[in-house]
Amino acid sequence: MFLINCPYCGERDQAEFSCGGEAHIARPKNPPELSDDQWAEYLFLRKNEKGIHFERWNHEYGCRQWFNLARNTATDEILSVYKMGEAPPKLKANIPATPSGEPSIGSGNLSTSKKDRF
Amino acid sequence: MFNNKYSFLSIARNALSHHENWQKTWNSPEPKKSYDAIIVGGGGHGLTTAYYLAKNHGINNIAVIEKGWIGGGNTGRNTTIIRSNYLWDQSAALYEHALKLWEGMSQELNYNVMFSQRGVINVAHNLHDVRELKRRWHANRLNDIDCEWLDTKKVKEFCPIINTSPNIRYPVLGATLQRRAGTARHDAVAWGYARGADEMGVDIIQNCEVTGINIKNGNVTGIETTKGTINSNKIGVAAAGHTSVIANMAGIKLPLESKPLQALVSEPVKPIIDTVVMSNTIHAYVSQSDKGELVIGAGTDSYTSYTQRGGFNIVEDTLMAIIEMFPIFSRMKMLRHWGGIVDISPDASPIISKTHVNGLYFNCGWGTGGFKATPGSGWVFAHTIANDQAHELNAPFTINRFSSGELVDEHGAAAVAH
Repeated sequence: MFLINCPYCGERDQAEFSCGGEAHIARPKNPPELSDDQWAEYLFLRKNEKGIHFERWNHEYGCRQWFNLARNTATDEILSVYKMGEAPPKLKANIPATPSGEPSIGSGNLSTSKKDRF
Repeated sequence: MFNNKYSFLSIARNALSHHENWQKTWNSPEPKKSYDAIIVGGGGHGLTTAYYLAKNHGINNIAVIEKGWIGGGNTGRNTTIIRSNYLWDQSAALYEHALKLWEGMSQELNYNVMFSQRGVINVAHNLHDVRELKRRWHANRLNDIDCEWLDTKKVKEFCPIINTSPNIRYPVLGATLQRRAGTARHDAVAWGYARGADEMGVDIIQNCEVTGINIKNGNVTGIETTKGTINSNKIGVAAAGHTSVIANMAGIKLPLESKPLQALVSEPVKPIIDTVVMSNTIHAYVSQSDKGELVIGAGTDSYTSYTQRGGFNIVEDTLMAIIEMFPIFSRMKMLRHWGGIVDISPDASPIISKTHVNGLYFNCGWGTGGFKATPGSGWVFAHTIANDQAHELNAPFTINRFSSGELVDEHGAAAVAH
């Protein structure tokens, strides 16, 4: 649970919003020419990043506008809010030191040594 | 098979030494340089895979690599519901195979997993629910899976504390009942399989995190871990919510999204509900543990996250639904509340599959309902790893179905939609 700074309404409870999944997946320009594997890639395959994730949100119980978020999925920390159509920002975030290394907040099974966490 | 078999005699013998000399349940060795097979993930699915590789396929030189401790992930976080009343033939066969293994598990493992076939009811609250559940009831019967239809009166008889008033917002119009379904002690399942696998020579390596997968000319050659390089030309990944993180190390993109799924338990009370009640429409499921706590499952959040905690609004929604069905619970206090990261596939069915990297196998996508499949999942995954070919039960669950379009859509039969 976290607060989201809607670019149109300001900071609101996350329960007012619904997540539309990974952002910046462009619909193929040449649908008839796509192979089955390319369709699968577009329709189903997802980055599912542990770290910086760019995603679409809708302020469903508010202004009903769509916008993008950059969020660290290891901590749920929101790094950037930007409007639809804008390019994803270049971000530097503390991504986990090991591939599934546990952060100091939002922990899971704390198995890595303290210095490896962030 | 067990050097130290648990029995009434062993309890009596250990009582003489004040229960201070019980043997270790499994060893915790340092990893060897190489193994015939490596399983990444020491939860239920990983441990059963190692167990059945050793038992059914004679491959004993195996390591199970776990970044935390055995059963400390989703195996110890779920609501322990076991059932096989799925809609489609493919899923019904897979989950029914698992349910049959559950029925003999405590005896086979010489470990009491407290499997309790107390029945599961899936409640209908509107005409659509009635039609869908009746369809599933008939589909189950065609697949030789026990299932009954209960009308409102019978639901009340089966579970007397349920509110069957016709005047509530979501009245109880009926339910399906699978009597062979029930619950088990989740930790015991992990411990029992760990003990069984350890007994057959499997190395269970805890507090060891995988940091890389080594691939040479399209063949897997081993893994990098926090305890050094371990070589093997067969690697099975059963890493649940972190599957995409592992897949990323091998340059593989999977159709998965990892989301927090929450559960909570109440203060312990005297026995009040002797079955498992699930409702898809109002999204709630509840049972009572042997300690007396109500075990309540909530839903997933709408966003991907690896934080093992979800939104409070999800818990509120679930408790509203529970109180609607069981007004008697309205003054219960909740004791604990937690989240686990589940890997959700687009069709709510698992992926138990080879990949384009030779020797690298994935068992994932179990999403919100993997616990019930624990023994069956390991059984078919072990077969897939040993023979480099899917078992007939998991042949429909390969990764290729997302290209071919042969999806096994179980969003409806997932009992509660997530």
